[in-house]
Amino acid sequence: MNQAHTTLNDSGTSRGMRGWLTADIPRSRWQARASAWYHGWLEFKANRLALLGLCILVALVLIAIFAPWLSPHDPYAQSLSNRLLPLGSEGHLLGTDSLGRDLLSRMIYGSRITLYIVALVALIAPVAGLLMGTVAGYVGGWTDTVLMRITDIFLAFPRLVLALAFVAALGAGIENAVLAIALTAWPPYARIARAETLTIRSSDYISAVKLQGAGTLRIIVKHIWPLCIASLIVRITLDMAGIILAAAGLGFLGLGARPPSPEWGAMIAEGRRFILDHWWVATMPGLAIFTVSLAFNLLGDGLRDLLDPKSHSK
Amino acid sequence: MSLLEVDNLHVQFPTRSGVFDAVRGVSFSLGQERLGIVGESGSGKSLTGRAVLRLIRPPGKVTADRITLEGKDLLTLSERQMRKVRGQQISMVMQDPKFSLNPVMRVGEQIVEAYTQHTRASRREAKAKAIDMLEAVSIRDSERVYRAYPHEMSGGMGQRIMIAMMLIPNPKILIADEPTSALDVSVQTQVLSIMDRLVQERGMGLVFISHDLNLVSAFCDRVLIMYGGRVVETCRADQLYNATHPYTRGLLNSLPRLDSPVERLQVLQREDAWMDSDQTSAGTGSA
Amino acid sequence: MNEAIAGYANGAGAPATDFAIEIDGLSVWFGQGRDRVDAVKNASFDLPAGSSFGLVGESGSGKSTILRALTGLVKTWDGGLRVNGHDLGRKRSKDFYKQLQMVFQDPYASLHPRHSVDQVLSETLSLHKFNNINDRVEKLLTDVGLGPQFRFRYPHQLSGGQRQRVAIARALAPEPSILLLDEPTSALDVSVQAEILNLLTDLRQEKNLTYLMVSHNLAVVGHLCEHIAVMQNGVIVEVLPVEEMRQLKSSHPYTQNLLQSSLGFVRQ
Repeated sequence: MNQAHTTLNDSGTSRGMRGWLTADIPRSRWQARASAWYHGWLEFKANRLALLGLCILVALVLIAIFAPWLSPHDPYAQSLSNRLLPLGSEGHLLGTDSLGRDLLSRMIYGSRITLYIVALVALIAPVAGLLMGTVAGYVGGWTDTVLMRITDIFLAFPRLVLALAFVAALGAGIENAVLAIALTAWPPYARIARAETLTIRSSDYISAVKLQGAGTLRIIVKHIWPLCIASLIVRITLDMAGIILAAAGLGFLGLGARPPSPEWGAMIAEGRRFILDHWWVATMPGLAIFTVSLAFNLLGDGLRDLLDPKSHSK
Repeated sequence: MSLLEVDNLHVQFPTRSGVFDAVRGVSFSLGQERLGIVGESGSGKSLTGRAVLRLIRPPGKVTADRITLEGKDLLTLSERQMRKVRGQQISMVMQDPKFSLNPVMRVGEQIVEAYTQHTRASRREAKAKAIDMLEAVSIRDSERVYRAYPHEMSGGMGQRIMIAMMLIPNPKILIADEPTSALDVSVQTQVLSIMDRLVQERGMGLVFISHDLNLVSAFCDRVLIMYGGRVVETCRADQLYNATHPYTRGLLNSLPRLDSPVERLQVLQREDAWMDSDQTSAGTGSA
Repeated sequence: MNEAIAGYANGAGAPATDFAIEIDGLSVWFGQGRDRVDAVKNASFDLPAGSSFGLVGESGSGKSTILRALTGLVKTWDGGLRVNGHDLGRKRSKDFYKQLQMVFQDPYASLHPRHSVDQVLSETLSLHKFNNINDRVEKLLTDVGLGPQFRFRYPHQLSGGQRQRVAIARALAPEPSILLLDEPTSALDVSVQAEILNLLTDLRQEKNLTYLMVSHNLAVVGHLCEHIAVMQNGVIVEVLPVEEMRQLKSSHPYTQNLLQSSLGFVRQ
């Protein structure tokens, strides 16, 4: 066994960067970490569909960043003489909407809003859930009961209805929509984090660090979080589709992004009136939502295979 | 006459860095005897037992020149025919009964189900047979155990129930994979003597897979010692302490003994030569 | 080497005792009311400093529970516990963990799956406020026979024996005088077991450690320990020196029974 290791390593050093990453005997903290990431990447790469999902999302990010250069028109520029042009019209590849605005440009700018929503929700909901869940799970007793009952209350409402209530209370607008979605999205994360914490907290490695005199905060943050985060990341990517749809739904109901903002859900809502005669106005943003949701789901599936400790025994 | 013949058995698993040969050219024959297979973890002893029953899951691959049960070739059987062999002719007892018994079914029902699957007996007959079997494995209040759920049983009791279940269809061969290593020593002795009695009464062949040299030498007739997926030595069980292979000797010497105290235990010095010798075909080596 | 402990003992003005661990009428229970299970009932024994003491018994006999009560992992206990002459309360200080450490049974479960060897040892050392952690990590790894090339590996890159060595290094990091060993070799192959047992023998001599070991394997306990307590259903039924056990001279029938079965299977 040991011989195998050394030979692997020796042949590794001669192969430069790749060898450094795959060396069986890491020589520094950085190498160990980089090597772990690299092995993860190799495993992830083997999953074609997940890779496709990642590519779509990277493309989305690039489109959002370079929107001003990519879009052929100003997304807000109205031209009533060019109303409801069909697909493939001169200068308007995806046609125009009821106010003559270029659909392609609006969708490109809309990717910024989508990403903004996704990023904010992904920052708020899982962190809140992780905090609640791990503290409840680790501390136990009364804290657990109180925190989990609060979670239950949030879980008892249908998500969109609760979000509607929040938006109604806070006022319409993209930030409030995000806040409303995040507030309704965290309870499942808290549940997952708590369940994981319950199994982790009775394990020997937590006992061992307790015997070094480590405090509750250190144990939760340094020892429990790293193990919960993996399954949360998987869950978030799988939930992303739902979050995008919820944001689109709020936009559709007129409670999210306000017109003339080119949010995809709001665009569908506008196109609804012409859906029979001018189907593309609503369909194109719908396709965009579909593609991004699918990409997140594919990525999530790939990440689950990679990160979920239960799916592989190693 | 031998019940089971295994010739040049290989088990391979593909990995990212090439094919891993877990079992490399194992051959043995089993008569109406107790055959022990000993080795350390990773020696391929459990895989050998599972490979005979074709229980290796893909992507793992089993190849052999020959695996025959009373002259019948097991390698060419369809999965459906193989399932019949598994239940009726070769049975397997695993290490931990907790994972082998259905937790939401009463013990008795599980035995009855195992019985009715193989015979067309009525439920009443099956129940009588199940109670008989529970008594055969020295369970005194068999009626109560019949109605109990697995979690109400201790480890030793669970393992006896497993043995009862496995012996109901009257198999010709029992493969026991570490059947007692999850049990306490005193219970271990009881379970072993029950298994021993039943195997002898019925004239069965027993393959006893274990890491415990002392146990195997006391319990079995013949022993195969495995290392790195190969059989390095075969000997009579009562001659195990006179074994000649350096690996076997090393294992024996590394055991602490109550009767002969030493300051430091001997440590096994592994040699690459043990991994390959005349018996193996040209393998790729383990990665 | 043990300045910290000596200072602690003198500073508190404790009477000088030669006992590392004194257990007097210890009872441990789990659950309450009707569900209460008494895991340990009125156990008493003393360990002189530098000695090696074994607890044997079958699963559920309460032997590991005694270790957990000593370390403070189990809080529902009653009776007298003294370590290095100091009475123990429900809460344990960091100073206490500098005197007493524990090695767990299953090396596959006692190392954090996402922490490298380096992280495990550095964190332990920094928790105990040591300086020049880098040198100490390398020294610890050398002490347990691993060598610095293992420093940046993750647990899944280590074999069972190597993991147990890391776990021993972690327990030795605070430089304790007492090591509790909870079946330290039962999850390992016999050849690896011999290596770990030898390591434990050497470490005890080098660092003058006191061992309290729990095992179901009489041969392992007999190899490492000088005195042995036999437990059954939470009660210590007999304490005897290892020589007597080797000659099968025990007065209690349960011990006899245990000795007989550990000698191996005998066909009737």
